[in-house]
Amino acid sequence: MDSNLLASFGSVFAWAGPVVFAVMGETLTEKAGVINLSLNGSIILSAMVGFAAATTTGSFFWGFVGGAAASALVAFIIAFMSIGLKQSQVAVGYVLTLATKSLAYFLGAPFIGKPVMQLPLVSIPFLDNLPYVGPVLFNKTLLTYLSYLLIIVCYIYMFKTSKGLILQGIGEQPAASFVRGANVNRLRYLYTILGGALVGVGGALYSLSVKTWNGQLTGIDGIGWIALAITIFGGWHPIRGAIGAYFFVFLQWLGIALQPLLPNVNSRIFQVAPFPLMILALLFVNIGNADWVDRTLAGLPEDARKIISRLIRGMRTRGPAALGTPFENE
Amino acid sequence: MDVELVNIYKTFGRVHANDGISLKVKSGTIQGILGENGAGKSTLMKILSGFIQADSGDILLDGSKVVIQSPADSVKLGIGMLHQDPQDFPPMKVIDNLIIGSPVGLFPNRKKIIKQFEELQKQFNFAISPDTYVDTLTVGERQQLEILRLLWLGAEVLILDEPTTGISASQKALLFETIRKLAAQGKAILFVSHKLDEIETLCSQVAVFRQGKNVGSMVPPYSTEHLVEMMFGKTIARSEKTCDTQDQINFEIDKLKIDDRRLVIKDVSFQIRRGEVIGLAGMEGSGQAMILRALAGIIRPTGGHIYMMDGKPDGRVDLAGKHYFQFRNLGISFLPAARLEEGLVQGLSLAEHFALAEKQEGFLIDREEVEKLSQQRISDFNIRGTPESRIEELSGGNQQRAELALMRNPLRLLLLEHPTRGLDIESSMYIWTKLKQRCAEGASILFISSDLDEVVHYSDRILVFFGGRVSPAFDASLVTIDQLGQLIGGKGWS
Repeated sequence: MDSNLLASFGSVFAWAGPVVFAVMGETLTEKAGVINLSLNGSIILSAMVGFAAATTTGSFFWGFVGGAAASALVAFIIAFMSIGLKQSQVAVGYVLTLATKSLAYFLGAPFIGKPVMQLPLVSIPFLDNLPYVGPVLFNKTLLTYLSYLLIIVCYIYMFKTSKGLILQGIGEQPAASFVRGANVNRLRYLYTILGGALVGVGGALYSLSVKTWNGQLTGIDGIGWIALAITIFGGWHPIRGAIGAYFFVFLQWLGIALQPLLPNVNSRIFQVAPFPLMILALLFVNIGNADWVDRTLAGLPEDARKIISRLIRGMRTRGPAALGTPFENE
Repeated sequence: MDVELVNIYKTFGRVHANDGISLKVKSGTIQGILGENGAGKSTLMKILSGFIQADSGDILLDGSKVVIQSPADSVKLGIGMLHQDPQDFPPMKVIDNLIIGSPVGLFPNRKKIIKQFEELQKQFNFAISPDTYVDTLTVGERQQLEILRLLWLGAEVLILDEPTTGISASQKALLFETIRKLAAQGKAILFVSHKLDEIETLCSQVAVFRQGKNVGSMVPPYSTEHLVEMMFGKTIARSEKTCDTQDQINFEIDKLKIDDRRLVIKDVSFQIRRGEVIGLAGMEGSGQAMILRALAGIIRPTGGHIYMMDGKPDGRVDLAGKHYFQFRNLGISFLPAARLEEGLVQGLSLAEHFALAEKQEGFLIDREEVEKLSQQRISDFNIRGTPESRIEELSGGNQQRAELALMRNPLRLLLLEHPTRGLDIESSMYIWTKLKQRCAEGASILFISSDLDEVVHYSDRILVFFGGRVSPAFDASLVTIDQLGQLIGGKGWS
């Protein structure tokens, strides 16, 4: 393969970092039974705060801390409104989406044009020399590596540890978890804020490595909504969510890569196409949830039906049963 | 471990759920706790298990006072509670259900835990595979799992809240055997029930609760009459059986066929006379519910006829395939088993329900008229509530009375699904008195019940269902519970 193309393809994994952080954060939060709908606004706000903090202090570290803190604060507001005050998570989240986005452009105006800070690339010795895999995966920023690690950690935490089982429990049957000694509401606060902080790291990562803060909507607006969709259609599963995130960014990259080859096509199509394509892909993955599919499959020859229906069943997902509902003991 | 509850008080709003209850249970005993719905049994048990906190009162374990602020506290102290509704995680595996909330460290050693689980369940002859998902288990198995979990956590005191609701007869026998074994091991068992026969066969002593108070106790040999008197403050005998059946035929069902995805019922033919009560017996899912819904106009039969006789010679109307509204307007009423889900509207008050059920005249609701009507119905049907009470605030018995009060006049056919399920004896007798009044007025009743005693006592004729097949109608006075039981279990069908 052409080494330029390979390097370009490698950028999928770098660009996907923010989406991965956001999806993991939202997955944690929703597993606990809380919907943080503010993702689109939170990401923009933390991208702005992350950039501002980094350029002001000259330190990437404070950039990420700032981004995480901004988004965690938004998450805390959602947790307080929905757990503490028993308000609708959807309504609160949606209003915060709009509010944080506007706030980001308002507060971020003074930072437009400040010197760009770009996270340095760090090659991992030995691994970066591997053919194909090396340049694609292992010549990235530290935070990109962290995003790989996060997927694995999230997976192990949720499904292999006892704390992860409780996390699943409080989103599934909060009353039963309470009976088993879990402090449901405290844990929900915790996971909402933690999830929010991860979303914030994603936002800061965007403005510090993918595209710098320039006070414009291009690129970053919409990522939050896509991350929400990936969380849901990814079945609240970290690995599936990550695959969704990479697939989405791959579609975006494809648009850019194809553009020079198809000069007659309006470039906007390449920008917009990943969104509907992504939704279609997600719908296809979850097609097994619809009754008519079973009926249609019944007409196929037995062997084919078995294989297809097993495939579809494997892709099928179910959300946390108590998602979006408050918990009260009595 | 010995348990002692001293002077427990708990109020919910204006209701005194526990009004100074004291109770002492020695280790190794099976303590029955008997009382009608709302007597305060579940509240006291939830206090002991930490699910809710008492307003005042003390809990003593082995003579020393303990503070229980949460379920976590009670588990640590060795108290385990089997809740009435299974408190588990249906989409998760059995083994994960066991682990959730247990102190097993961050990375649980599943192999070791599965071994412990298998050893534990061998003791009690349970057979649950640790790798299956909980939503594939029966209610009885989920209960077994929960008991195992509590024992695995080291429970010395075991609370069982109405554990026999929704489980099969063989599972009940196994449960009772298990409880006896546990008592023999020295555990203290608190067995909560409103079923007299269970308490009498199982418990080594019983305490009776009434209106939030512990009104008395008894040890074997039990006197049922005395227990009932303590429960209700007076003795209750079932009303005399009366038959209001008239000669006139009300409905004629002819070769009815209903197709469900799982079950096909065909060639069902029977007549319903005015004033008659027909009981439909059978295991749940044998087709009774489908027949009832077809007669209510909710599901459409795929063949056959539902004739309504209109009094003139040879005059009959075929209702099969007609719209539900037409059934309703002809005086056919259906009361589903899921009261809150299918029968009533959560969030609306009693008065709003009455307003909804009446024929609407004009655009706005006549508040005064509705208020008057509600007061009237509430006193007629002896509902404990006000016109402003929201329907979900009422107890099960009062919800059922409200449903009866909502039915319109005149009625031709009344279709009931488990009309007295979950109700105490007094409430269910009241319901039946009201139902029999309707019969005397010429309405016919078809009802489903899993309580065979109820079926035999209140029906004039009985239809038995098994796997979509329907028996000919039996005369209820000529059939025994034993015969019915065999038919329900699939024996004796030609």
